[in-house]
Amino acid sequence: MTVSQALFEDTILDPSAPVPEGLINPDGQTASKRFDVYRNNVAVSLSDALETAFPVVRKLVGDQFFRAMAGVYLRKHPPKSPLMMFYGDAMPQFLARFEPAKSVPYLPDIATVELALRHAYHAADATPVDAQALAALDPDMLMSAKLRIAPAVRTITSTYPIHAIYRANTQSDAPKPVMQAESLLITRAGFDPQIHLINAAAANCIRALQDGQPLGQAMALADDTLDLGAVLGLLLGQGAITEIY
Amino acid sequence: MLDATQTSQLPPRPGVGYKPQHYSDIMADPGPVGWLEVHAENYMGDGGRPIAQLRHLAERFPISVHGVGLSIGGEGDLDPDHLARLKHLVGWLNPASFSEHLAWSTHDAHFFNDLLPLPYNEATLKRVAAHIDQVQETLGRQMLLENPSSYLAFADSTMSETDFLREIVKRTGCGLLLDVNNVFVSATNLKTSPQAYIDDFPLDAVGEIHLGGHDEDQDETGAPLLIDSHGKAVVDPVWALLDYTLAKSGPKPLLIEWDTDVPEWPVLADEAARAENALTLVAS
Repeated sequence: MTVSQALFEDTILDPSAPVPEGLINPDGQTASKRFDVYRNNVAVSLSDALETAFPVVRKLVGDQFFRAMAGVYLRKHPPKSPLMMFYGDAMPQFLARFEPAKSVPYLPDIATVELALRHAYHAADATPVDAQALAALDPDMLMSAKLRIAPAVRTITSTYPIHAIYRANTQSDAPKPVMQAESLLITRAGFDPQIHLINAAAANCIRALQDGQPLGQAMALADDTLDLGAVLGLLLGQGAITEIY
Repeated sequence: MLDATQTSQLPPRPGVGYKPQHYSDIMADPGPVGWLEVHAENYMGDGGRPIAQLRHLAERFPISVHGVGLSIGGEGDLDPDHLARLKHLVGWLNPASFSEHLAWSTHDAHFFNDLLPLPYNEATLKRVAAHIDQVQETLGRQMLLENPSSYLAFADSTMSETDFLREIVKRTGCGLLLDVNNVFVSATNLKTSPQAYIDDFPLDAVGEIHLGGHDEDQDETGAPLLIDSHGKAVVDPVWALLDYTLAKSGPKPLLIEWDTDVPEWPVLADEAARAENALTLVAS
């Protein structure tokens, strides 16, 4: 019999499915344990890719839980592209609905942070403007100026202390997280993404700039907790502004 | 059939599969290593450190781009997005060689991150040849096709793997990447002779040889089951099979593949030195 790739696919992801007749060992018998090599390769390589992508999620739930969770994820969301560096894009939504992880409600947002860091790592390079570029601008022009933001830049807003939780799980001297809403900014001045704690107003302002809004409008979208000087100083200092236009 | 004349241009020297943790060691002193191989898919991001490192490496070493995700043996069409990414990478890098596998990994838009097997018959032959034509036309260069590690066989295969590969070369003008560890693994698993496989292999079409480590297991009947893991040193019988091959083929570019449990640089450099010795034997 001909073993179609559709049948191969169904069997490879379902450990309980019988191995198709037509896949044989040297004696002509159905190659059961031999087929398991493929099953194992697929499951282990995808699970390993998730471990690489989500080290902090893994630390928060423990190795055993993570492996079991990855086994469910990879069957529900097999990769849609051969770019394994981006495998796991559906992890935040998956974790939000994954009943056994409900006791760690901030887990989906931590997964979002880890995904954003990977995308920032692989984002296009960009040459930043000089740190004095804004100061050199005519003050009358400042509010109508648009700032092009580097492709690596990401902002994330959460109802949980995502910045503190991320730090506490990646740095030995980090303080214990306090339950509060936090926003963060990811920049990449060289090759390694950096995480910065910002407030929600700053996150809104930066997102408006990324959407191509002029500085005046990006400011107006935020409330009075926005410290524009601090936001622009941070963006300039991190090489996150690539053009003023 | 390929019109373009750009064929594989790797030197007949040892190369290694590049791992980022070895970057400084390689730049400081590559030892016997004369070229590097990278997995295409790891360099398909938009920028950042991976691309920058590859640019630096390419200034000093011939680079072989080895794809692991094109699914040339797939029943469906090749993924146009992936083919476009490959064209972009090969375009800016202009590597000395591009190779892919006789295998499939994508079906119904799902990618399995493994090299899955094919039956060897006329239907597969037509499909694989058409996909290789498409790749070579898109990239404007010859590609090398690698023989797989087999753990099982298909009851509906009608030809040997070597006959299949010979016919693919004839129909498409592609070259071959001969993985002698895969030959040893497949021959052990399917109870055939690795030397007979080499005797029957179209060695004239070989543009590169792979060497790697494998794991040992048993199937449910107690028969040996070798698994191509790339996580260990190359074993002596595979080095012997390399000598047997080189005596027939003459010097070829030799690659050490070590992809899991990657060792410190000196261990990998030692494997490359052993490959250099094997080349010295046939050069004299």
